[in-house]
Amino acid sequence: MTEISPLAEPDTIRAALDDAGRERWTRMTTEVGEDPTRLGRVFPAAARQTGRGPLPGTDGVLIEDAVRVDLVRSAASTLDAAALLDELREVYRYGDSDEKRAVLHALNGAPADVDGSDVLLDALRTNDTRLVAAAMGPHSDRLDDDAWRQGVLKCLFTEVPVSAVTGLAARADRELAEMVTRYQREREAAGRVVPPDVQVVLDACAPTDPTPRDS
Amino acid sequence: MRIFDPHIHMTSRTTDDYEAMYAGGVRAVVEPAFWLGQPRTSLGSFTDYFDAIIGWERFRAAQFGISHHCTIALNPKEANDPRCAEVLDVLPRYLAKDGVVAVGEVGFDSMTRAEEDAFVRQLELAVEFELPAMVHTPHRDKEQGTRRTLELVEASGLAPGMVVVDHLNEVTVDQVDAAGCWMGFSIYPDTKMDEHRMVAILQRRGLDRVLVNSAADWGRSDPMKTVRTGEAMLAAGFSDDDVDRVLWRNPVEFFGQSGRLLLDQDEAVDTTATFEGNSVLRGSRD
Ligand SMILES: [Zn+2]
Repeated sequence: MTEISPLAEPDTIRAALDDAGRERWTRMTTEVGEDPTRLGRVFPAAARQTGRGPLPGTDGVLIEDAVRVDLVRSAASTLDAAALLDELREVYRYGDSDEKRAVLHALNGAPADVDGSDVLLDALRTNDTRLVAAAMGPHSDRLDDDAWRQGVLKCLFTEVPVSAVTGLAARADRELAEMVTRYQREREAAGRVVPPDVQVVLDACAPTDPTPRDS
Repeated sequence: MRIFDPHIHMTSRTTDDYEAMYAGGVRAVVEPAFWLGQPRTSLGSFTDYFDAIIGWERFRAAQFGISHHCTIALNPKEANDPRCAEVLDVLPRYLAKDGVVAVGEVGFDSMTRAEEDAFVRQLELAVEFELPAMVHTPHRDKEQGTRRTLELVEASGLAPGMVVVDHLNEVTVDQVDAAGCWMGFSIYPDTKMDEHRMVAILQRRGLDRVLVNSAADWGRSDPMKTVRTGEAMLAAGFSDDDVDRVLWRNPVEFFGQSGRLLLDQDEAVDTTATFEGNSVLRGSRD
């Protein structure tokens, strides 16, 4: 009932797997399609049952992430938004970092009525850069402004490329610019290099309106 | 020298240790779940610990070019506390994870009934999850503890080749060898076992089924003891290939039986995590 966007096209995934991997992928997909509560049982083994590493034909997507998001898609097809969120929270809570990251990728492909911002906030409290990056994807539009700005700042701190932040230009505001400027000043005062992404964020914060504003 | 330390508690170690280990040739580790020095009193502190060794510690190690794996179990010392008994119920969830390469550390500490019950139950889990088992032998009355350990292993139906009996010394090695189990040796900076006695054992009985580890943790220990053992082997006339066998191929063979090793295909581990194939991500210190 809930439609999740794929992380990679099924044909692309299929092409990356060997026969045994394809067969296991199909079996797991069928299993969670019939009983979505099996998601937490098939999730941990999904990578070793199928494949791992960069998925050819994509821009840096990992095979294990694409397969796990596909399993979420299959489970979601029989769940409403609330029930899907319950499952995803459970899988995230008990997942290792790879499983957690896949849940974040699945949320990034979720429709408007799914709000997993609590899961994102958990990911943003970690210092695992892969989780932080995934948490600042499309689903981060559910975060309130304070949490979102802190998320962007965390990317700068942890050297997650801000290209991972979805909708940066649209949402960056003066308050973010002030936070980032203070961060920049602190780095300069300490004689430390200011990461180039600082300027990227400041540019995104700059008003696009060419007419000067009141000061 | 490429080194796989098959028993080290990295959550207790610093980033300086990771750097020194990498410089010394360590490219992979196994972190067994064990006691933290301060007894735990609830399930939640165990699950947070398990989450850390399948999550954050794996990430932290990767920042230093080291592949981190772990083993999961209720350790013998805490098996004696009834408040920790429910840990056994959540183990299946963790034993299903990637990078969990054995059930362990299980075994005896004070040779109690509760320890034996938990040990037997966890050997059953190893059979069920088709995982090797890592067995801790007691520091007190090691010989008797090792004997009882081997009896329980035989009764469990777990193949001896799926079991490493750890912290061995000159007195306990032969009975483990005869049982067909793998022999683990922890090299300490004190008198329990050192690299020169290790070399003497290797000279006496050969290299097969031997795992050498530092067992470094929060106590007095040295994460470089695997490197020191490799050096001592070379000084004693063993070849580079012998050292590679003991310090890399043996642990890969033993833990490879889990089907869960996370080593890169060429075993050349990158020192940087990559994101979307191009950017360098480092662990934050903030
Ligand atoms: Zn230990």
